[in-house]
Amino acid sequence: MDFELSEEQRLLKEAVDGLLSDGYQFTQRKKYMKETGGWSQDIWRRLAEQGLLGLPFAEVDGGFGLGAVEAMIVMDALGKALVLEPYLATVVISGGFLRHGGSAAQRAEHIPPIIDGRKTFAFAQLEKDSRYDLHDVTTSARKRGQSWVIEGKKFVVINGESADTLVVTARTEGAQRDTAGIGVFLVPSNVKGITKETYPTQDGLRAADITFTGVEVGAHAAIGDPNNALLLIERVVDEARTALCAEAVGAMDESLKITVEYLKTRNQFGVPIGSFQSLQHRVADMFVALEQARSMSMFATMAVDFGDGAERAKTVAAAKMQIGMSGKFIGQQSIQLHGGIGMTMEAKIGHYFKRLAMIENTFGDTRYHLRRVSESGVLV
Amino acid sequence: MDLAFTNEERAFREEVRQFLRETVPPEMRRKLVEGAQLSKDEMVAWWRILNKKGWCVSQWPKEYGGTGWTSVQQYIFKEELQMYPAPVPLAFGVAMVGPVIYTFGSETQKKHYLPRIANMDDWWCQGFSEPGSGSDLASLKTKAERKGDKYVINGQKTWTTLAQYADMIFCLCRTDPTAKKQAGISFILVNMKSRGITVRPIQTIDGGHEINEVFLDDVEVPVENLVGEENKGWDYAKFLLGNERTGIARVGVSKERLRRIKELASKFKSGGRPVLEDPAFRERLAACEVELKALELTQLRVVADETKHEKGKPNPASSVLKIKGSEIQQTTTELLMEVIGPFAAPYGEHPDSSYEATDWIAQSYFNNRKVSIYGGSNEIQRNIITKAVLGL
Ligand SMILES: Cc1cc2nc3c(=O)[nH]c(=O)nc-3n(C[C@H](O)[C@H](O)[C@H](O)COP(=O)(O)OP(=O)(O)OC[C@H]3O[C@@H](n4cnc5c(N)ncnc54)[C@H](O)[C@@H]3O)c2cc1C
Repeated sequence: MDFELSEEQRLLKEAVDGLLSDGYQFTQRKKYMKETGGWSQDIWRRLAEQGLLGLPFAEVDGGFGLGAVEAMIVMDALGKALVLEPYLATVVISGGFLRHGGSAAQRAEHIPPIIDGRKTFAFAQLEKDSRYDLHDVTTSARKRGQSWVIEGKKFVVINGESADTLVVTARTEGAQRDTAGIGVFLVPSNVKGITKETYPTQDGLRAADITFTGVEVGAHAAIGDPNNALLLIERVVDEARTALCAEAVGAMDESLKITVEYLKTRNQFGVPIGSFQSLQHRVADMFVALEQARSMSMFATMAVDFGDGAERAKTVAAAKMQIGMSGKFIGQQSIQLHGGIGMTMEAKIGHYFKRLAMIENTFGDTRYHLRRVSESGVLV
Repeated sequence: MDLAFTNEERAFREEVRQFLRETVPPEMRRKLVEGAQLSKDEMVAWWRILNKKGWCVSQWPKEYGGTGWTSVQQYIFKEELQMYPAPVPLAFGVAMVGPVIYTFGSETQKKHYLPRIANMDDWWCQGFSEPGSGSDLASLKTKAERKGDKYVINGQKTWTTLAQYADMIFCLCRTDPTAKKQAGISFILVNMKSRGITVRPIQTIDGGHEINEVFLDDVEVPVENLVGEENKGWDYAKFLLGNERTGIARVGVSKERLRRIKELASKFKSGGRPVLEDPAFRERLAACEVELKALELTQLRVVADETKHEKGKPNPASSVLKIKGSEIQQTTTELLMEVIGPFAAPYGEHPDSSYEATDWIAQSYFNNRKVSIYGGSNEIQRNIITKAVLGL
């Protein structure tokens, strides 16, 4: 076993951390939030220049062919800096669909513009009643001649406002909760029949509810088997969950750091509040929660490339569950230990709390994954 | 021992309910149920209805407009307001400064302020906390210097709830800089329209505006606005903070929230079925209900004991109520988050009107983190229990 980063991985970490510590201070983040789409084109360009948008893609597709550990390093750094840019939606999720399911033509068309930062993507999956079940799909894709016609509505599509291309899950046959008959489609976001209602999210991102009314795309729009893409979806979403785990660990790590620093500098009763043993024990518990989360984030990172889908799913579910628990505890306590300051929009700490809360409710919350773990049998 | 309400108490509960059904504007109730903010005018109008009925300052002594209800009745009344829900009379006036004024204030102060509090002619806010003085309130620095028949106040208050609406603020100010901490503090009533007062809004993490900074620069206040004796303000503040025991656990608020959780959980789906049918969710809900029931009974024990307890003396039981009450309120918002799952994300009015408005849920989850911070943080409450009850 080896939990250490390699020399290259350490350099990658330094590069991302460097870029973000320089370009992603809290005040800068506030500015980016107000830009079109709710994130910074400039930062996106710099991520591209550093090669970060090309990390996971195969060298033949123009990428670096790097793996899950590198993804973890990047997501951890994005979590620390509370990055708004659509890395998860574009590189991890949509990139994942292209890497694992895309045809040569699809890869050639879509991967280079991702790598060089020209195009961003969004994943349109959630439906009104689907909650966390990836197979619960009512949005339909019907064959008409050589085309697919998509009808339906997707909710809370992160980056849905500014994405150039949407990756849409849709049912080609069967009933709402059938596991078979689900496809994944690449849909340019400016085609006829798409309407978007956009809004900010609680954690400062931007999202859209997207209605598809007779949206027509070509036969080549389907990624993988249009009648049987659930396994592909599960694999990519497990990668997304794993990425979210790493992002959450970054956010928790930073929350704890900020909180400990605050305990050292805030005085009440003539002493730093960090001298109160009850608070010392609280931050010690936060540290325990963080380390538990970090371990499980690593575990999931190792597991996403497992050949065995069931084993992977179980591991990722366990990690997402641990991250949910740790994130909630660390998020809530970091507010509590800040007192009134923690309740303000002006202080950075609350923004970690909110991001952690939103991560918990993305692609399955703690309860959902607890059930998956318990139903999947033995873990240890 | 008899844990049941008497027939009279049950009849009283029904009377309160009936009154609420007849008088609470449906629109205001809807807003409260859905977590929307009420306007100042809306609240004031309702409190005036309550006052006409003679119930706005129910817990005050009869001579100042109170009802003479037993403490159990007081409890029932407040719980019904919280459950209906209807806005509970503004604590800063009714539960905080009012009792200080009728207990320690001058006749002139009583005559002038008490009826105005009852009728919401003055909106009061609480000027205790300062940037450097939160849990350690007695370290406060805002100073009031006596100059002839005036005090000149300089300093800064913060976290001042709804100061943006306020006509009056009751401030703790240092009047004797040489005295040790608690000893040199006075309790002074300040008109918010005075020259030298600046109110700056603070946005909370949920995006709301309920707290403010209040700056006082050479604010001149007539000496008549001193309550009680100079340099005795700390005693009055302790009285004020220990006075509120019937509503502190906010049992009615949590009951209402549980009702709302069940309503939403029957609409939102999980695994293709309503969340409410999910056994694991039901167990979580039941666990919360058990805790709430226990809290309600603990609250009633404190209420029943009220008559025996020396008035104005802090009762350590209120720390139990504060800790558990705030934790349960926070748990209910976590349950709400669980019910709506991924739909917690949208912020602000959800554009799709066919969809249940849910933006208030994450906001109330975030916002409710405050309940374990203010009014004496839960850590401070634990310190009180360990010292005052357990003798450690
Ligand atoms: C939404 C909101 C509304 C408020 N409204 C008002 C208002 O209207 N008027 C008003 O005067 N004030 C108001 N307050 C202020 C509130 O009373 C203070 O926030 C509270 O007293 C805590 O003080 P602080 O924020 O300075 O935190 P601090 O006192 O700095 O505490 C920071 C952390 O240290 C802990 N801590 C401090 N001392 C100890 C100790 N001895 N042992 C163990 N732990 C300790 C605290 O529990 C907390 O976790 C409000 C606060 C909030 C959040």
